[in-house]
Amino acid sequence: MAEGQPIIRIREVTKRFGQTVTAVDDVSLDIREGEFFALLGPSGCGKTTLLRMIAGFETPSEGQILIDGQDMSKVPPNRRPINMVFQSYAVFPHMTVADNVGYGLKVTNVPKAEIRERAEEALELVKLGGLGGRKPDQLSGGQRQRVALARALVKRPKVLLLDEPLSALDAKLREAMQLELVRLQHAVGITFVIVTHDQNEALSMANRVAVMEHGRVRQLAPPSELYEFPNCRFVADFIGKMNLFEGRVAGISGEEVLVEVKGLGRFSLPGEGEASGEVGIAVRPEKVRLRREKPDEDMVAVHGKVSEVAYYGGSSFVYVTDETGRTISVNLQNEARTAEPGVTIGDELWCAWKPRDSLLLST
Amino acid sequence: MDAPDGRRDLPPIILLVVYSFNDSRRNIVWRGFTFKYYEKAWNTESLIEAFVNSLAIAVVNTAVATILGVLVAIALWRFRFPGKAAYEGFMMLPIVIPEICMGVAMMAFFARVGWPTGLPWPLTLSNIMIAHIAFSFPFVAVTVRGRLVGFNRELEDASKDLGASEWQTMRYIVLPYLRPGIIAGALIAFTLSLDDFVITFFTAGPNSVTLPVKIFSMVRFSVTPEVNAASTVLIVITVIATVLAMRFQSPSRRAGGEEG
Repeated sequence: MAEGQPIIRIREVTKRFGQTVTAVDDVSLDIREGEFFALLGPSGCGKTTLLRMIAGFETPSEGQILIDGQDMSKVPPNRRPINMVFQSYAVFPHMTVADNVGYGLKVTNVPKAEIRERAEEALELVKLGGLGGRKPDQLSGGQRQRVALARALVKRPKVLLLDEPLSALDAKLREAMQLELVRLQHAVGITFVIVTHDQNEALSMANRVAVMEHGRVRQLAPPSELYEFPNCRFVADFIGKMNLFEGRVAGISGEEVLVEVKGLGRFSLPGEGEASGEVGIAVRPEKVRLRREKPDEDMVAVHGKVSEVAYYGGSSFVYVTDETGRTISVNLQNEARTAEPGVTIGDELWCAWKPRDSLLLST
Repeated sequence: MDAPDGRRDLPPIILLVVYSFNDSRRNIVWRGFTFKYYEKAWNTESLIEAFVNSLAIAVVNTAVATILGVLVAIALWRFRFPGKAAYEGFMMLPIVIPEICMGVAMMAFFARVGWPTGLPWPLTLSNIMIAHIAFSFPFVAVTVRGRLVGFNRELEDASKDLGASEWQTMRYIVLPYLRPGIIAGALIAFTLSLDDFVITFFTAGPNSVTLPVKIFSMVRFSVTPEVNAASTVLIVITVIATVLAMRFQSPSRRAGGEEG
């Protein structure tokens, strides 16, 4: 699969509704051909508006959207080489499954025999072969979604847009569908752009994720980079669980920044030379270890009391409250079958981690 | 044949139907079953003429009022324009205005514009048709509007996204969705027109009598069995129209799961 060429270019796009609401604020990004791209953010962050602008249902107040090198500002939605799977699936209730899938071909005057063939093919692709004669009200929610997928894919679009495609499914089905969408994307080789507020969905499916907040893209990176190297407090907090401490820069030496955090003391961690003043220090719960004795000097350590233990089967979260009242969450893998995680509420112990496992956040 | 002799406690409608088959000039005593008065009514030329007039008016009214009503409903749903709220309220006036006022106003209107009389049939009925359309299309609009409220806008977006034009979206997605509402609205328009008396009475010319007006003029002397017969026919037509409309409204009732 030739990844690399941008198929969608979004250039300095702003969308305002009325005088006061700026839904999308000066966004520029490229979506590459063949990639699985996710727009991730809390509700109201502008991700759906951005998607609807790509589809052509909203027009940018400023800026430009190019699809496959062509400016889309004058192109209506029915003439764009992209198709969309809607949040409600929008399966036409008065048509059979086959008619639903064939609709996009019928309205563009594809011969009847070809419609039937391609519709059947598309239904096979989404594993609904043989259900062409059903009416949508005879299908389950998951099946309706597959109809919506087949209906969009049968048009052989350059890009498939998916607006919160999994939000209406129950947890088990959602997980299966995540894998299914990735399989489908590999099978057809079409660029997928998915909008979601669920970080797990974005991380597990996408090649690259754009995290949005208040109409702006905060960070655009592959999932692992997003998780391990968030570039700001918002992304750090939004993606996964994160322990955040407020500290300040005490000195810089080469690639290392010396920081001071109340209760944790001074320690050096990798960081850019421009950090100064007040900074955020972040560490993931699974990077933190629990110790009965005071750890070595080369670990960052804080003493506290276990305030809560939450058991999740595969792992447990232990919440430790230190002398200043901060709560540090620690994720422990339950590797053995007996008596995990081995700590109880009220235990006094040390939370410790390697300085380089923590992260410096200047914004 | 059981003689429902003196069964005055029957519901009025049933009584009316029953006595249309009564072999007696007066509607008091049951004297046996007969189709005589249907034959008589059938042979009363003025009654048949009024009946044909009524049907012609109802059919034209249904067609025009339905189209108008659907267009108005879609326009009010689809577009925003200055004075929309005011227009919406204004359009609903015929529903709330007393019929008698509407009738008088219509009469004054036709008198003022000097609507030509002595036209060939069915143009003689055009003023009644216009009056009927004016008061029945808001009912269609309201019914269709009610259906549109539940319309998922994403269906429209999906249609366009799949390459359909505005017209194709209207034709293949919006109108089929509206079908039950349109049929219900058309039925209302049809029955409103078929049995309207007040407005028709004020707008009918001397040579354009409708069935309700004719029945009224016959009843002024006495309730004859012919009147019962004519009324029964009116009831039967309305009931048939309703049954047909209900059958049309449930196209998806066909048994499901043909392919298991």
